[in-house]
Parts: sequence; structure tokens; C-alpha cells
Amino acid sequence: MIAGINRLGTAYGRLIDRETSIAFTFEEREYSAFAGDCIAAALAAADQWVLSRSFKFRRPRGILTMAGQDSNTLVQVGSEPNVLADRRPVTPALAVSAQNYDISLAVDAGSAIGLFSRFLPVGFYYKAFYKYGSWKFWEPVIRNRAGLGRIGRDAPHGYFDKQYLFADVAIVGGGPAGLSAAIAAADSGAEVVLIEEWPILGGSLTYSRFERDGGRSVMGEELAAEVAQRANIRVMTDATCSGLFADNWLSVIKGRRLYKLRAKAVVVASGSHEQPAVFRNNDLPGIMNGTAAQRLIRLYGVRPGRKAVVLAANDDAYGVALDLLEVGTAVEAVADLRENPEETARLRAVRGRGVRILAGHAVVEAIPGAGKLAIIGATVARILAEGETEKAAATFECDLLCMSTGYGPAGALLHHAGASFGYDQAANMFQPTALPPHVFAAGSVNGTYRLDAVMIEGHRAGWAAALDAGFASESEPPPVTGDRGARGLTHGFPIFPHARGSDFVDFDEDLQVKDLVAGVAEGYDDIELLKRYSTVGMGPSQGRHSAVAAVRLLARETGFDLAGLSVTTQRPPTVPEKFGHLAGRIFEPERHTAMHHRHLELGAQMMLAGLWHRPAFYGAKADRELAIREEVLAVRNNVGLIDVSTLGGLDIRGPDAAEFVNRLYTSAYAKQPVGRSRYVLMCDQTGAIIDDGVACRLHEEHFYVTATTSGVDGVYRMMLQSNAQWRLDVDVANVTAAYAGVNLAGPGSRDVLAKLCHDVDLSAAAFPYMGTRLGTVAGIPARLLRVGFVGELGYEIHVPASQGEALWDALMEAGAEAGIRPFGVEAQRVLRLEKGHIIIGQDTDGLTHPHEAGMARAIAQNKPYFMGGRSIAIQAARPLTRQLVGFALADPEGPVPQECHLTIRGSDIVGRVTSAVRSPSLGKTIGLAYVAPDQAKLGSRFDIRIAGGAIVQAEVVPLPFYDPDNKRQEM
Amino acid sequence: MKILNCPLNGPRNISEFAWGGEVKAMPDPVRCSDRAWADYVFLEANTAGVVREWWCHLATSYWFIAERNTVTDDVIRTYPASELFAERIQFTAPDKPGPR
Repeated sequence: MIAGINRLGTAYGRLIDRETSIAFTFEEREYSAFAGDCIAAALAAADQWVLSRSFKFRRPRGILTMAGQDSNTLVQVGSEPNVLADRRPVTPALAVSAQNYDISLAVDAGSAIGLFSRFLPVGFYYKAFYKYGSWKFWEPVIRNRAGLGRIGRDAPHGYFDKQYLFADVAIVGGGPAGLSAAIAAADSGAEVVLIEEWPILGGSLTYSRFERDGGRSVMGEELAAEVAQRANIRVMTDATCSGLFADNWLSVIKGRRLYKLRAKAVVVASGSHEQPAVFRNNDLPGIMNGTAAQRLIRLYGVRPGRKAVVLAANDDAYGVALDLLEVGTAVEAVADLRENPEETARLRAVRGRGVRILAGHAVVEAIPGAGKLAIIGATVARILAEGETEKAAATFECDLLCMSTGYGPAGALLHHAGASFGYDQAANMFQPTALPPHVFAAGSVNGTYRLDAVMIEGHRAGWAAALDAGFASESEPPPVTGDRGARGLTHGFPIFPHARGSDFVDFDEDLQVKDLVAGVAEGYDDIELLKRYSTVGMGPSQGRHSAVAAVRLLARETGFDLAGLSVTTQRPPTVPEKFGHLAGRIFEPERHTAMHHRHLELGAQMMLAGLWHRPAFYGAKADRELAIREEVLAVRNNVGLIDVSTLGGLDIRGPDAAEFVNRLYTSAYAKQPVGRSRYVLMCDQTGAIIDDGVACRLHEEHFYVTATTSGVDGVYRMMLQSNAQWRLDVDVANVTAAYAGVNLAGPGSRDVLAKLCHDVDLSAAAFPYMGTRLGTVAGIPARLLRVGFVGELGYEIHVPASQGEALWDALMEAGAEAGIRPFGVEAQRVLRLEKGHIIIGQDTDGLTHPHEAGMARAIAQNKPYFMGGRSIAIQAARPLTRQLVGFALADPEGPVPQECHLTIRGSDIVGRVTSAVRSPSLGKTIGLAYVAPDQAKLGSRFDIRIAGGAIVQAEVVPLPFYDPDNKRQEM
Repeated sequence: MKILNCPLNGPRNISEFAWGGEVKAMPDPVRCSDRAWADYVFLEANTAGVVREWWCHLATSYWFIAERNTVTDDVIRTYPASELFAERIQFTAPDKPGPR
């Protein structure tokens, strides 16, 4: 067990609980952590600074921000890849490993690729692999090496869920700005939600060095206490706002829950990101931001190193130096990029401790130790001009290099909201310049860094947000006046390109200065182009530490004024979201018919038709083919019963009912007699078939129109849109779920129905085929339709859904003596195919028009208008390009083609099979297929290519296949 | 996620709605040229600016009109379809059927 030799005394480490030790492993070695440690902190305490290797060149990497803002600390935890080691808490028995190495973390064979870096210039993906075959060779090699981490195929599914939240004012960021805003908004009476990424409130107050009495961390605690006193502030810690969407809808991730938060007004107080400097070997373990060192010290109680060099361009650097000295780290030198740094109290204190301060100097190179696993020194030289230093240099021994050369706003959420950003020349930073309505910003994200100003600005932003949300308070708080503290923090060009390279601008993508310079030289002189060409900013840190440096280089290389440039737009999410967060608990609605339980009791194998559960067939799965066959024959020869409740039902009522039906469907309905049904075919305005069914005229002013299960909701909506324009005197009701329905079908169906229905004359003369009657079946009010889908004498019986099960029971009992057999969707599909009936969406596609499908007879000729009519007329005047025909296989014992097997002629595809089955009723294989128009003549033969490439020959035969004179359905 | 103000149901999440296309005037389907009909069916004006379009609140199947700036995605107002369509639309029979 490796102990924490870098652990500091109890004055430090406010996040850790020294009473509780936790054992975990990293790279299969055992380590000990305290409760509250993150992985990186526990490893740092044990002097393990290398956490992973980089994506392209496999360079060792370690802590950079200590705040989860960079990707140098991505590790694999069990089966979970890409875990931020500087944020993930250590839990018992955690098994952590590094990423991107071949042999071991310490000795990686793959890092030899660095030797070939000259052959992997920027954009090499676009330039290499042109020779045929080279990509085939390289793709598997690259795929094997690329990628971050490993996805475990046996990774367990975790529990995730979601929750809705509503707030008057949402505040992102629990630092001094956010806390001040929350207090002000709450005092105006608003309901406030405060979202903070870390487990504690306070932001930079929790780790920075402050000299005020009691320290700034005390001030953070005071603010947090004031927040806790206000019942109308809901505090969410360990919560990250990953996106700010239209109308202030925020996605907030906390643990395994995704919150969908709607706020009237939002205050973004998300702070800023400290920016690294660019010099040779600036990516190696031991080189970190100044604030990273301070987080290690104050939050986790870890000494960041033994000997340090500090690269400075602001006064914060001297706070870092003092912090390092306080915890026993020797500060060998401070290289200050500024020629004449202000003599602040801190600077004098650092000098007073005997630390060498080199004004006007830069770090030009970090000296790596063996294997580049750590640094052993830093080379410092005098600055001559922007980005240039003297040759003569001094090298200082160090194992730690802290960079305090500037900041940039953590403005991603403001980007999402549509804020515009501009470059502030005086501060050398991009700042928001215009905010959209209902969005407010405060603190360093808004360019305000001086703590007093931050709190004033936060207070005012909270007040303004509450006012915007409709909550006025007594007095208007003052705006920030005077210095906001942004100047003198950020250096304008902390980039020192080195002739030998390894001066990284983007750590995620291993992009060096020369890569960006070459990209510009190749003509990609706009940041949008340079980003995509070089991939700068496209890695996991999404440009947090590379975007501004890239723009600085672009400005220098092109001569364009930096003030006119911008960073690329940041888009959600700000942090990686797991698929589990987006999925939440999966709610899969199911729709059951009224007879659902009867199907299960009868042993049905259920299938999904959209959301509906329908019986596919009745019987054991293994007996599928036999069951379907027997069900088909039962309907043909005896009597069967199928649940058709899912089919759409629309009640169209009113004086204009017939006119309405006339305009929506292709046939003629104005003169349809009461008591008769007619086939309905619906086409869209392009003339493509979209739905079909049957229209039953129950009354002069009442049509009951059926539709397909999956189409009815769309049909209903479209009917309403049509009448919103036509203003016909008609009402349309979608009564699909209000009615349960069955089809009682087979030569024995009349006799069965007669036992239960006594108020309708069921004789063939009184109730002919395509008739429709209202009556009573087993005492239940019913709509009776004689329709021809399965091609036998049969009755569709529609009853109120609450009576569906009773109807089913009555029919099954009445038919028991005759041997009634329930049949399912699979048998029905065979029965309808034997009659040559099409199924919308199977035998038709998005372009099929009636003439192609042999449905010209369904088109009325004299209607002034029906939907799709004009388009159908245009298509009718043109030659067909394909035709749907019925076919039978020449070899009745041969293999059965499947849907979408192609119909071919020579080497050309002329169409496809849409339905096919070995027909139980006919003893041969039949189906429907699209063929070329000149192949559509009866008797002509065409080829079908089936699975495996074999060709079967089919012959065009007349439709319907079964009972061509329709005698059986018209009995 | 955007909020759309339904004239019938009030402000609802945009996920509760379906877009129904531009409000387009149908040319006389009997008398217009094939070309004019094809333009009507297949082409949208796709204006960059304020457009009138159909929206449907799915849960209540309520269709209405929205005026929206397609550049800024601001919805200027929403109103019942009856504001634009108040008269019964009648189609007159063709003099001679068939396409031109």
C-alpha cells in the first residue's frame, strides 16, 4: 500500500476526511486515499504524477487544471472509460487504469510514434491514404490505436433517471458572483435554483490565496451560510449545467439524474478557466496551472512538488509562489513575462523570501526526465519580442512548473444562449459583449475579477434576473464602477514556439505551434477552417485551453487584428453526458386491446404493431408455421375470429360529411347509399398512396371510416388540417380506442353470428357483401360491416371498447360447437395476400401511386377535387416506370422469396418482391412484386434473386389468386 | 427547449407540437398548369424572414398558424386558423378533366 508522502498537515485539505481511509488500485498497484480525495489527488499524494498518455503521440500526461477542465487526466475506471481523475471521488476497491498505452504506462511502445511526428503533419488525414489500398491497410491499424479508453462489453447497465425542475431564477455557479446573485434574487422573492459543480459552495474562494483577515475561504463560508438561510434558494451541489437551451431550458446533470430545468431568468456565473502557456514540453507531468497547485494544496492537502519554477504574468502567480513556499515547496525562480511587473505586496513578499524573480523572461523549454515521466528542470530566457527569446538561457532544477499567465471566460453556456463575444484589447481576453434577453452574467465569466466588484456585479445580476422574472424589490443595487480587475491578468501572447517543436497548443490533439502555422499557410486562415482542418479544439476539452491560443497564432500569422477575430461557437453539452443520462428510465408505452388477456390465455405469441400488442399467431413458438397454416385453413374452411381493435376508426358527421370524405379519398362517396361500405384509398398531394380502409355510411350525415393501425393518427391530424382551411360543416372524431372490433370470418361465420344477433337480418339478400348495419350482438350495441379483406364470408363487428372482451367471449362460446379458431396477424396477412390485397407500407412505398399499384379503378373521374387527384392525373399521362403484379413461382416446391428480394433483368434491378408466401389454400408460392412495365403482362416470366444469390423464376398471374370470382366473400 | 404559445392550450414545450409546412395558397387544382401544380406540391418559399406556417398541438390535435422569423427563430405570434380561413372553400367541377 503506497502511502501519501506528499500529504500536508491538517491545516489543508478541506475536502478530505482523514479519519476515513479508502484502498484503491491504479495500474494494479494499491494506493490509499482519504474519503473526499479524487483519484488524481490520492495518486499525487503518493507521488504518482503520470496518469495517462496522450492521444496521438502517447506522451505521458498528468494534472493540468485539477478541476476537470482538461483531458490530461482521463483514466479508465473498471469498464468506464474517460473518467476525469481530477474530479472522480475515490470509492472503495476502485480499479483505475491509465489510457493510451501499449506495454505499460511507464514504458509505452506506441510513444515511438513521436519520432514520426514529422510525417504526421497537420491535416495528414486528408493528404495520406490516397493510394488505393493504403486506407484498407491503415484503417485497422489506426482504429486499433485511436480512441480513448475501452468500452467494456459486459459493463452493467446503471440506473439513471430524470426530473423536471422549475425556477424563477436559475444561477449557474456557486462562487462569489453566483452566491451574491442567489441572495439578491431570493430577497426579491424569486424561487432560486443555484447550480454548483463542486461538492462545496465558494468557487475560487475555496482554494485561492487571500490575505484578508480570516481569508477568503471564510468569506465563502459566510456567503454559503446566507444562502442556506433562505428557504427559497434550492442549492444543487455536485451538479453540472451541461447546456442552456431556448427559452432558458437547462440540462443539469447530478449523479445519475438529468434535471430538465425551466427558468424564467438565468444568471451565468460560471467563472473562468486559467490558460496554460505554450513552450517546448509544456504538456508533461509536473507542469500545471497555478490554480491547480492551489487546489491540490487547499482542497486535498497535497504538496504539488518539491522544487518549483513559476511562470508568471499576473499577481496571482505570486500568490501561488507564496502558497508553495508555505507548504515547503522550494521556488527556484519566478519567470515573469512582464517587463515591469507591478511591485505588489505579494511580489515583494516573494522576493523577500529569497526567490529569484526574472522580469521579462519566459520559460522556453521544460527538461524531461527519463521516459518523459516527469520534468527535472526548466529553461528560462529573456524575452526579445512577442513569442521570441534570447538564445542565452538559464536552467533551473524543478519537478513542478506552475503557469499563471492568464484566464479566459468559462462562457460556454453564454455561447449556447446566443451571446456574442468580443476581444478586449486592454485585458487580452474575450468577453461577452451582448447577452440575449432573460440571460444575465456576473463574475469572471463577464470579465470581472476584482472580488469586491464580483460581489457587486453578482448582487445586481441576481436583482435584475429576479426583476426580469417578475419579482421587483425595493431598491436597485448599484452597478459596478471602476476597475473590474480584468487588466493585467492575462498575457497577450504567452506562446514561445520552439524550433524543435513539442510546444503544444492543444493537448488533446497533440497539436504543436507548427501545425497551426502550417494550417494557416495552407490557406485555412479563418478560425472556423483552421479548427476543422487541424482539429484544434475538437478534443474532450473542446478548446478550453487551446481556442484562444489558436486565435492568437492565427492573428499573428495572418496579420489580422485580433479584435476582429473570435473563437468558434461552443455548443452543448459542456461536459460529456452519458447515454444513460439521456435515456433515463426507459418508459415504453404499451397499448392493449380490450381482448388482450384473452389472447394471452389462449397462448398467443404477441407482436408489436406500433405501440399495440397484437397476437401474431396462437401456439408455441416452435409451431409457428404449422399454427399459421392451420389458422388460415380454419378461416377458409370453417370459421375464425381475429381481434381488429387496433385498426383506426373515424366518425365523420355533419351535413358536409360526404363532401369531406369525397375530398380526402380517391373514390366517389357523395351518392353512397346509407347502409353500404366502400373501399377508401388515401393519397397525399404528390399522389402517393398513404392509407386505406373502408367508409361505412351509417346515415346521410354520418360516415364511419376505418384506417390502418399505424396510419390513423396521421390521417386524423391531416383531416383536421384540411378542414381548418375548407371550413366544411363537419366534425371528425378519432374513435379508434373507443371501439373494440373483431372480424368473424369463414363460411361458418353467418351461423355463429346468428346465434347472437337477432335484430339484423343476416341473410345474403338482406345484408349483402359491402353492407353495413347497426344492431346488437350478445346484447352489445354493434356496428356490423361485411368487408372483404380475407376473402371469405365474414363480419367485422365493432362495439364500445369496454364491451370488447364480453363480445369475444360470446363469439368464442357461440362458435365453440363449430370449432371456431382464433387467428392472428400472421394468418390474416396470408389470407389477404391470397386475395391480392395490398398492405400500405409493405406493398407500397413512399412513391407508389395508384396506377403503379393497379388501383386505377379506385380513382373517381368526375370529382372537382380530391387530395392527390391532380398529381395522379399527371402521373397517369406518363408512362409507368414499374408495376405491381401478382406472381406465382414456376417451381411450387422451391424456396420462398422474402420481402425486398430484387426482381432483376440481366444485370439491372427492375423492382422488388413486396409480399410472398407459400399459400396453404392454393398449395403454391404466390406474392406481389414490382416489375418493369413490359414484364407486367399476364403469363410473362421474370427473375427474382433470393438470399445467397440464387435466381428463381416467377410468372405473372391474375389477381386475386384465390377465388378469382369473389364468390366466397360475397356469399 | 423552445416554448410555443398555443392559441388553445397556452405556452407548451415545442416537443408537444408538429410543424405542418408553410401556409401556401393552393392554385386551382383543376385549371392550373402542371408546372404550377408541381411547384405548389414540391416547393416551399423557404423565406429567410417572417413566414406563416401551420403547427399542430399533438395532444389535442389542434391546428393553428404561427408567424415566425426563420432567421432568429422568434415566434412573433400564434393565432387560430380561422383568422386566415373564414369562408367555406368550394371546388368547382372541371370543364374538361385531365392535365395540361
